[in-house]
Amino acid sequence: MDFAFGEKEEEFRQEVRDFLSEVVTPEMVEERAGGKYYERGPHSKELMRKVGEKGWLALTWPKEYGGQGRPLGDRFIFAAEMLNYGVAAGGSGIAIVAPILMRHGTEEQKKEWLPKIARGEIEFSLGYTEPDAGTDLASLQTRAVRDGDDYIINGQKVYSTMAHQVGYHWLAARTNVDEPKKHKGISLFMVDLKSPGITIRPLKTIADELTTEVFYDNVRVPAKNRVGEENQGWYYIAEALDFERSLVVNIVNSERIVEGLIEYTKETKHKGRPLAEDPFVRQGLAQLWIEVNIKRLLGWRTAWLESQGIVPNVEAAVLKIFGHELDQRVAKTGMEILGLYAQLEPGSKWAPLKGIIEHLYRFAIHLSYGGGSHELMRTIIASRGMGLPRLH
Amino acid sequence: MDFNLSEEQEMLKTTARDFLEKECPKSLVRQMVGDERGYPPELWRKMADLGWLGLIFPEKYGGLGGSFLDLAVLQEEMGRACLPGPFFSAVILGGLFVLNAGSEEQKTSLLTKVANGELILTLALTEPSAGYDAASVEVEAISDNGDYVISGTKLFVPDAHIANYIICIARTKKGTAPEEGITAFLVDGKSPGISCTVLKTIAGDKLCEVVFDKVRVPKKNIVCKLDQAWSAVEKTLQQATVAKCAEMVGGAQQTVQMSADYLKERIVFGLPLGSFQVMHYYIGNMVVDVDSSRFLTYEAAWRLSEGLPCAINIAMAKAWTSNAYRRVTALGEQIFGGVGFIEDHDMPLYFRRAKAAEVTLGDASFQRELVARQLGL
Ligand SMILES: Cc1cc2nc3c(=O)[nH]c(=O)nc-3n(C[C@H](O)[C@H](O)[C@H](O)COP(=O)(O)OP(=O)(O)OC[C@H]3O[C@@H](n4cnc5c(N)ncnc54)[C@H](O)[C@@H]3O)c2cc1C
Repeated sequence: MDFAFGEKEEEFRQEVRDFLSEVVTPEMVEERAGGKYYERGPHSKELMRKVGEKGWLALTWPKEYGGQGRPLGDRFIFAAEMLNYGVAAGGSGIAIVAPILMRHGTEEQKKEWLPKIARGEIEFSLGYTEPDAGTDLASLQTRAVRDGDDYIINGQKVYSTMAHQVGYHWLAARTNVDEPKKHKGISLFMVDLKSPGITIRPLKTIADELTTEVFYDNVRVPAKNRVGEENQGWYYIAEALDFERSLVVNIVNSERIVEGLIEYTKETKHKGRPLAEDPFVRQGLAQLWIEVNIKRLLGWRTAWLESQGIVPNVEAAVLKIFGHELDQRVAKTGMEILGLYAQLEPGSKWAPLKGIIEHLYRFAIHLSYGGGSHELMRTIIASRGMGLPRLH
Repeated sequence: MDFNLSEEQEMLKTTARDFLEKECPKSLVRQMVGDERGYPPELWRKMADLGWLGLIFPEKYGGLGGSFLDLAVLQEEMGRACLPGPFFSAVILGGLFVLNAGSEEQKTSLLTKVANGELILTLALTEPSAGYDAASVEVEAISDNGDYVISGTKLFVPDAHIANYIICIARTKKGTAPEEGITAFLVDGKSPGISCTVLKTIAGDKLCEVVFDKVRVPKKNIVCKLDQAWSAVEKTLQQATVAKCAEMVGGAQQTVQMSADYLKERIVFGLPLGSFQVMHYYIGNMVVDVDSSRFLTYEAAWRLSEGLPCAINIAMAKAWTSNAYRRVTALGEQIFGGVGFIEDHDMPLYFRRAKAAEVTLGDASFQRELVARQLGL
């Protein structure tokens, strides 16, 4: 065993740091601070273009598609450093659309779309979930019917995050209603969100930021925007999930938040003594620090497996469960430490740590079902990992 | 970065697993709880023949010169097998203390014998105050005519009833800091004035009360410098803590495996119990606990092996693994139901050991306090 990064990896890390020190502005950090984990404001888009110009959005893509052809592990280092700088770049376009296009797109699609994605010029909102199809995604009902060179699409998507801020929808729709096996009738489309017939309605979440509902009313989408074969979309979606396993828990930088809490308790006095002297605070923060380190190690393991050409499956489920439930525990313990001040939201006078703990307390709620139900993740560990039978 | 064991470590693991499955079946483990010595001497000899008793001692002291990662691998298998006997006290607590603090002569004479199975050592540190810190060392050794005379009670001393030598950590001076004035004495287990009582423990291991009643020890039996033994004690405790964590990881891993096997066989309401999702939830939690414990532990062992700073890593590993092992065995008991409540079953062995390991060498809150200090809190 060896828990150190190699020399080449450390060199790359330094390169990333140098680059980020140069391009990251306070505005970029500010835009994401205090609760904008999913939104893409103008500064974040600016950063994304800069990272794109550098070629690092497509860090590990093959060179023929405009990538840098770097080892898979570099992606993990890059993501970790971005997180450390408090910024993010590269969403669904990089993580999901591009890998599927590379494997299943037509030559024309690859030429047209991949370079734009790599340069950070376009971004996608994921259009999977519907009111009656969440975890059980194969139940989706949005219909796409072939009509000459187009498909005509009708239906409703929900929680399509960033649909109001990006140009394209990565849409899963039903192309075969007669197939009794529901997952065999789904196709994938790249839809211009400005197409006539599309209505986007923002939904305000408990965590302040917006997600959206997207309504399709006889929307015409050119057939050349269908990705891969008709009715094979389900398999592409499943495959795409395998690409970014080690990065799934990189939404919240719990390590940095715990560091913030530690500093806060050293500096803040309660009844004349630093909070950090309170045994409850010491125990709580030590526990979080331990768990932050576990998240780090589980992430390293998953990334290491990927770099060995292995698709981590059970290991990724372990990482997602641990990492995201840790984010929830960070919020819970943090709120307990803050006491009465815990209730102050970002932007409020007197809000400790700019309200990030209070915000995380609301934001983290959905992490244990979004992007994969944690109940199902445990079933994956039990069935694939330990061989238990599954009823569904 | 590499999350695999080395080839040699894989070999050690396989050898250890095969050997212990054959030589240390659960029937033996149960039998040894009621045994006066607590282990079969033949097994001890065989372990010596395999080189295990000297695994981490340098070759010049009759050892194999292995690393802490190697030790962790072996300890994991021992934890899996619930191996009874004095490996932890003789090799890890006693042996490593001598290695850390002993003179060249002491190392040569003592470690060679530990490695070939002739000598059992143990470390007598804790007292009725039940703390692992320097301030808890109150047993006194008073200088008298070139000898030292030790008086007081040591408690929770593992395997003292069979130890050839007890390394007694005693106070020789009331210094300004509690760490000052602590000395280690190599005390012959048969010395006049020593009385040893084996306690009845949850894990069925042999923890003893050792009463020192004016026990006379020659000056040359001081290990390490007079008054200055504490840092060697601390170092030994850290090494032992990593080893204990590895042992817990092995036990926890085996508990998950046993539970999953049972869930496939046991039929309830016409279906395998393991097809009910709540059981998936339990198993999922158990696997998360095992994996997280494993990597914290192995990172700490790796840092120890590499000579990197690791006090915080060791404390983190013990704080987490202590509770994780307990949680895993509690779920194991829940999964097995009544059959796991019967003493003949393997589940009680793990359930009992998990609690013992949790409180040994500092429980989670003790270790978290160490972490907090390392974080500057
Ligand atoms: C902030 C946010 C952003 C999102 N962004 C997007 C996006 O950009 N694009 C998109 O397509 N979707 C998005 N989603 C949707 C997300 O993927 C779904 O919420 C998720 O798939 C769960 O679906 P659901 O909400 O319908 O809950 P359900 O599937 O109805 O689940 C309800 C509860 O039941 C549990 N559960 C479900 N199935 C099982 C089972 N088999 N066994 C045991 N328990 C089960 C779940 O874990 C959950 O706790 C987003 C959601 C949120 C909250």
